[in-house]
Amino acid sequence: MSIAIEFVDLHFRYPGGVEAVRGVSLTVSAGERVAIVGENGAGKTTLVRHLNGILRPTSGTVLVGGASTRDRSIAQLAAQVGYIFQNPDEQLFASTIGADVEFGPRNLGCTPSEAAARAASALATVQLQDQAGLHPHHLSPSERKRVALAGVLAMQTPVVVLDEPTTGQDARGVEIVAGVVDSIAAQGRTVVAITHDMDFCAEHFDRVVVMADGLVQADGDTRAVFDQVGTLERAAVEPPQLLRLAAHLGWHARPLTPAEFVDASTREPRDLGTRVD
Amino acid sequence: MIQLADVSYAYPDSGRFVLEHVDLRIEPGTITGVVGASGAGKTTLAKILSGFIPHVDGGQLSGSVVIGGRDLSGLPLAACVSQVGLVIQNPFNQISGARYTVRGELAFGMENLGTPRDEMASRVAEVAGLLRITDLLDRSPYELSGGQQQLVAIASMLVLRTPVLVMDEPTSQLDPVGTRMVFGVLSRLRGAGTTIVVFEHKPELLHAHADRLHVLAGRRIAASGSPGEILSDPRTDQWGVSATRYTRAARLAREQGLVPAEAPLPVSFEQAAAFFGWSARTRPPSPEDAR
Repeated sequence: MSIAIEFVDLHFRYPGGVEAVRGVSLTVSAGERVAIVGENGAGKTTLVRHLNGILRPTSGTVLVGGASTRDRSIAQLAAQVGYIFQNPDEQLFASTIGADVEFGPRNLGCTPSEAAARAASALATVQLQDQAGLHPHHLSPSERKRVALAGVLAMQTPVVVLDEPTTGQDARGVEIVAGVVDSIAAQGRTVVAITHDMDFCAEHFDRVVVMADGLVQADGDTRAVFDQVGTLERAAVEPPQLLRLAAHLGWHARPLTPAEFVDASTREPRDLGTRVD
Repeated sequence: MIQLADVSYAYPDSGRFVLEHVDLRIEPGTITGVVGASGAGKTTLAKILSGFIPHVDGGQLSGSVVIGGRDLSGLPLAACVSQVGLVIQNPFNQISGARYTVRGELAFGMENLGTPRDEMASRVAEVAGLLRITDLLDRSPYELSGGQQQLVAIASMLVLRTPVLVMDEPTSQLDPVGTRMVFGVLSRLRGAGTTIVVFEHKPELLHAHADRLHVLAGRRIAASGSPGEILSDPRTDQWGVSATRYTRAARLAREQGLVPAEAPLPVSFEQAAAFFGWSARTRPPSPEDAR
């Protein structure tokens, strides 16, 4: 199952008066994987919190699966949009990890045995299958983030929103999260992620949206967006390591992964590779 | 100087040792990075270095933890706190909740240590300026974003001016600009003589700022060395330590026989530029390029 999402001239003002989103129009097609990047305070989290109805537009419209979120409750939207918060402690509450992960599918009407099966499979995906009987607070914060990820996987929602999924993860944790993103996308589900990790973004997302000051500053194919050096600089976003290096070496190629980089290194004209002091 | 000798530790009632026979020596006025997989014992080591283990968490601690010539286990917690500032992993939990504004929160620790009132105000102003949170001083610590709370948590330790700072993932909530700013501040503090121990995953930052790295794996210190040595070590995957994309690309180039097997792997941007630019010049990379 796959559905699109759309923001139409979205504005959002917090009760304190800060207008965090100041007119965003953005369409994400069904099955796309989009990364939203930009510095703290750019409006990224405020934007995506409209997708599960936690925030409601001050003006403008948010469409999930073609229908406005305005008339739907958070519970109704939860069947369509799985949301992993930046701080996992905002969403874990059950007394065991297994029960926490089963809660979502149970709420969506799964039978106990089906919920248990989904939870077991989701916990295996994030490599926490042996911890199912523990209390969430026996885990480290980075493991708790993976529990939250499993909880959303088990709901099998057509849209998955990830707020800073790699924060605090060690090398293996980042690989697990990356594997989850790839597999969700391979199932044709729509993925929207907020991230400060540009290397992760380059390796796992097809499209990048750059935000600053509550507005979209750039939007498009990952390679093309990361080539807009001036826009990125104004938004305080640094391009991924290997893209920066390729540009510095004077290469034509804009490699997104180590494999692409090494491949490009064999093809680039050597006389251009001399801008090194 | 900080010296750990044969330190082992088990949490209360667990009977399972999280750290075993850890020996560690940290020179004063340096930035030391401790890296390792989640669950390797980094947070436990941070608590040991700051006296929270055994004074707060209890458990079974053996061996000696000597900071500035004194064994922490023989000191009351209040004396440990005036020696070592601990910035904990989750900034949401660092905020005391005892004060209504960021300004009050920053003064809270100094009030407990008996700092004169006018000095408190000037220290708060100075640290807030360094970490660019002056505009947050009159706000509630609870209405801040995760990144802002993290800066307040760091500031609340910097104002104490302890000779040692222990920081457990101090930039986890920050964007790249904030992260660089924090490490810039840490470098300045090192210049002024503060000893800093930082538990951090981001390899580019560690390479740029740390004087020395220690790897925690298998409940002990598995390796120690310069950031360049540790981050280009073939065992990084096995340790659960992230390598930079520069190192990963260079490893791949080496596996494909595109560069000489003895060429030292780059860790930083500058080293990678030399490494991948080499074939345009007349010589392969020398060890000086990568160290």
